Amino acid sequence: MTAYLARRLAESLVVLFLMSVVVYALIGLMPGDPIDLMITADPNLTQQDVARLKALYGLDEPLHERYWNWLTAALSGDLGYSRLFARPVEEILLPRLGNTLLLMGLAFAAAALIALPGAMLAARRPGGAADGAVNLAAFAGISLPPFWLAILLIMLFSVTLGWLPAGGMGEGGVVATATHLALPVLALTLASVGGHLRYLRASLIEALRADHIRTARAKGLSEPQVVWGHALRNALIPYVTILALDFGTLFSGALVTETIFGWLGMGKTIYDAILGNDYNLALVGLLLATATVLLANLLADLAYAWLDPRVSYR
Amino acid sequence: MSDSGLRLAAEARGAARPGGSPSQAFLRRFRRHPLALVSLLVLLLLGAASASAPLVEQAFGFTAEDIDLLARSAPPSAKHPLGTDELGRDLLLRLLHGGRVSLLVGLSAALVSATIGTALGLLAGYLGGRVDALLMRLADSVIALPLLPLLIVLAAVDLTKLGLSPELANASSTNLWRIVLIVSLVGWTTTARLVRGTVLSLRAREYVRAAEALGAGPARILWRHILPNALSPVIVATTLSIGNVILLESVLSFLGLGIQPPLPSWGNMLTGAQETLWSAPMLAVWPGLLIFVTVIAANFLGDGLQDALDPRTERR
Repeated sequence: MTAYLARRLAESLVVLFLMSVVVYALIGLMPGDPIDLMITADPNLTQQDVARLKALYGLDEPLHERYWNWLTAALSGDLGYSRLFARPVEEILLPRLGNTLLLMGLAFAAAALIALPGAMLAARRPGGAADGAVNLAAFAGISLPPFWLAILLIMLFSVTLGWLPAGGMGEGGVVATATHLALPVLALTLASVGGHLRYLRASLIEALRADHIRTARAKGLSEPQVVWGHALRNALIPYVTILALDFGTLFSGALVTETIFGWLGMGKTIYDAILGNDYNLALVGLLLATATVLLANLLADLAYAWLDPRVSYR
Repeated sequence: MSDSGLRLAAEARGAARPGGSPSQAFLRRFRRHPLALVSLLVLLLLGAASASAPLVEQAFGFTAEDIDLLARSAPPSAKHPLGTDELGRDLLLRLLHGGRVSLLVGLSAALVSATIGTALGLLAGYLGGRVDALLMRLADSVIALPLLPLLIVLAAVDLTKLGLSPELANASSTNLWRIVLIVSLVGWTTTARLVRGTVLSLRAREYVRAAEALGAGPARILWRHILPNALSPVIVATTLSIGNVILLESVLSFLGLGIQPPLPSWGNMLTGAQETLWSAPMLAVWPGLLIFVTVIAANFLGDGLQDALDPRTERR
C-alpha cells in the first residue's frame, strides 16, 4: 500500500512537472510579453533601454534557462508576483482556491444527492418508464452548454423573479455569501448531475445483476434492504472512480460558472490572468489547479481501496 | 407444395429475421431507437439549413452582416423572423451562419480526434508493452487534467510568435482550424481506449494469427484484418464526440478565445448575451438552444448506433 502510494505520488509529480514545462513554454508564446507592455506604456524607451530591461528580467536568456531559473525559485518558495494585483501570487491564489473548492464541493454533493435517488429509481426496472425518464434527464444534463444554463438561470432567478443576485461575492455575513453562492452552485450542479446519473445508474444496474443480489431477494429481504445493504456499496466503486477522473471536468465547469457569476475562484482568476497578460499568475494558478485535481484522483484511489477490500495494490 | 417444402420456405424467410446480413441486422436494431432516428433527422435538417444560409440571404435580400440601424434588438417581425441582435443584424441569418461554423468545427474536430485516437489505439493495442503503457498513461493524464484552462492558454497563443505571418495568423480560416486542432488535442482519448481494447481482443483471434503465420506484416494485419473489425467502436466514439467537441468549441468561443467575431458561431453569439439579458433576452436563448439540440441529438444518435452496431444487444 505504501509502495503503491509512493508510486502514484511520484507519477503525479511527473505529470505536474511536464505540465509546468508545457505551460511555461506556451506562456512564452502569448501576446504581449512584459517588455512589449513597457514599450507601449513609455514610448521614450530606446533600443538600449529595451536590451537593458531584458537583461534585468533575464528575458535575454534562452527558454530552458529561464525555465530552470523559474523552477528553482518556485521550489525554494518564491512563486513570483502577479502583474494585475501587484502582490505575491500565493496571496491571491490561496483564498480563491478556497472559494473554488467551496463551490465545487457544494455542487458535487448536491449532484450526488440528486443522482442517488434518481439512479435507484431507474435501476429498479431497467428499460421501464422511470428508467427512460431518468435516462432522458441524464442525456439532457450532459448535453447542456454550461454557460447557457447559467445565463438561463440568471434570466429566471435574477431578471424575471428577482430572487437572487446575478453575480458577485456578497459582502459581509453568511447570508449574503449564501445568496450569491446559490445560483453558481445550482448551475454547476445541473451541469454535472447528468454525468452522475449516468454513471451511478449504469453501475447500480450492473451491481443488481450479481448472484448475491438474487440470493438476498430469495431469502426475503425487502427491496430497500437489498439496494442499500447489498448493491449500493458495490455500485459506488466504479462511480467513485469515474467521478474522480471527472474532477478535472468539474474544475472546467467551475471556471465557466465562476466567470459568468463573477465568483472569485481559481478558474476565473486563471481566465482573467490569461486575458490580462498576467502570465505568472496564470502559470502558478494552472499548476495549483492541476495539483488539486491530481490530489483528488489520489484520494479517490484511497476511497476505492476503502470501498473494495478485494483491491490489491502492487 | 409439400409440408417439408413449406417448412424450408418458412425457414428461408425466417432466416433473415434473427440473423440476416450484418447491415440488415444493423438497420433492424437501429430502428428500435426512435430517438436516434429523430436525432439523425434533426442533425441532417440543421446541417441542410446551415448549408443553405447563402440561399436564405438571397431570398431575404440582405446578409447576416447587414446592419438595420432602425431595428436594433428588435422583436420578431415579417422582415426579421427571429428579430435582430443589439447591432441590428438579422438573428436568423446569424444563427444559420453560426451553424455552418459550429457544425463544421464539430464534425472536423470529431474526425481529426477519431483519426488520432484510432492511430494511437491501434499502436498501443498491437505493439503492447512500453508503448501501450506510455500511451495509456498519456490518455489518463489528458483525461484527468483541468482541460479548459489549458485549452484557454493554447487558444491565447500568439501565432505570429510561432513564425506565421500576421495576415495568415489573423485570418478567420486559421482561427477556425486552430480551434479544430486544439479541441482534437484533448478529444482523442476515448477513441484510443476503445480501439486499443478492441485490438487487444482481436489480435488473439485465429484469423489474425493465421494471417501472421502466412507472413503478413504488422501494417497489413492492422489495416486489412484488425481495423475493419474495430470500426464499430470508432464510429460510435466519433458520433459521441461530436457533441463534446461542439460543447467545447462553444465554451471557448463564449469565453472569447474560440471562433472570433465577426465570424459568428453559436458560442460567440452568446458572449454578449449576458449584458443584453434585460433588453433582449431571446438573443441569449436561440444560440444556446441550437447548441443544446445539436449536442443532445449527436448523443442520442451515438447511443443508438452503439446498440445497433453491437451484435450482442440482439435479445428482444
